[in-house]
Amino acid sequence: MISAPALTLGDVREGDELPALSYDVTATTVVLGALASRDWRPMHHDHDFAVNRNGTRDIFLNTPNQAAWFERYVTDWTGPTGRLGRMKFRMKGSVFPGDTMVLSGVVEGADTDAAGCGWVSLLVTLSVDGETKTDCSVRVAVPTGPSDNPWARRGDQWQP
Amino acid sequence: MSSELPDDVAALIDRVQYETVGEFPVEQGYIWTSCSSVENGNPLFWDDDVAAEITGGPIAPPTMLSVWFRPHHWAPGRKEQALPLQVHFDLKARFELPEAIMSDNTIVFYEPVRPGDVLRTHQILRSVSGHKTTKLGTGRFWVIDVEYHNQRGELVGVESYTGFGYRRNER
Repeated sequence: MISAPALTLGDVREGDELPALSYDVTATTVVLGALASRDWRPMHHDHDFAVNRNGTRDIFLNTPNQAAWFERYVTDWTGPTGRLGRMKFRMKGSVFPGDTMVLSGVVEGADTDAAGCGWVSLLVTLSVDGETKTDCSVRVAVPTGPSDNPWARRGDQWQP
Repeated sequence: MSSELPDDVAALIDRVQYETVGEFPVEQGYIWTSCSSVENGNPLFWDDDVAAEITGGPIAPPTMLSVWFRPHHWAPGRKEQALPLQVHFDLKARFELPEAIMSDNTIVFYEPVRPGDVLRTHQILRSVSGHKTTKLGTGRFWVIDVEYHNQRGELVGVESYTGFGYRRNER
């Protein structure tokens, strides 16, 4: 029995919506995220470069930091026993300082694989003013019951 | 303009290139900096007791996989800044395509990455399309896999990038 609160497969139904996460993006958000992901490219910290060389409105969130936002969003919902298996990102637009980004998600499926691992498929969307900037298909493993722990799976037992 | 794949590029398909060892071991400070940047309070990364119970000890957030390979901005003796996805830039140069975008990116996670791990990576070109025209311009799509292993040779993750190198359409 794991002591931390955890979502289990039986709690999940197709069509369930995850609670939305709203966050006001500032220049600090963008620069902190770029440096935390060791991305030194100037369009993520230099306003003049971003505007005059890249032709964008401002500096913008980099992809690796967006991945970290998606991870945080999903595991806020699953709890620590949720184990990411696969993420597929589709970039559609940039996120700038001054934007309020909203992460939302919906369950597209929930099942167990041949190894008995419980999987939830999610479509998570990052949007600004209702316009999708990035969407991400996520396959995350969750416990099938109170005594199951996806993190204990190795080798053939883990098929992400 | 031939759409066929030149022999030298065809020879690179499925070949391991650019084997690299991370410049530094996976470290806890960077894990906290990353979690802090997105306000990720997952106790796996902040509470050793929870990490011990669930993951057998501390781990790094899975999405930090590529972080451990981004080169230092400067290093002694280095003449040029290393590029993290070199095969992509090689293809741009080979086909003389001045512009490029990444249209999508998939990450698959295997063994957890732990503080102290020294990761290795290599790049594999999986495919290159013939000439395609999109609203951006005319060029080629390519798929590059980046595979990551730990110091025990265990696969920890695979990133797959679809790139489109192109020349802008003349107006």
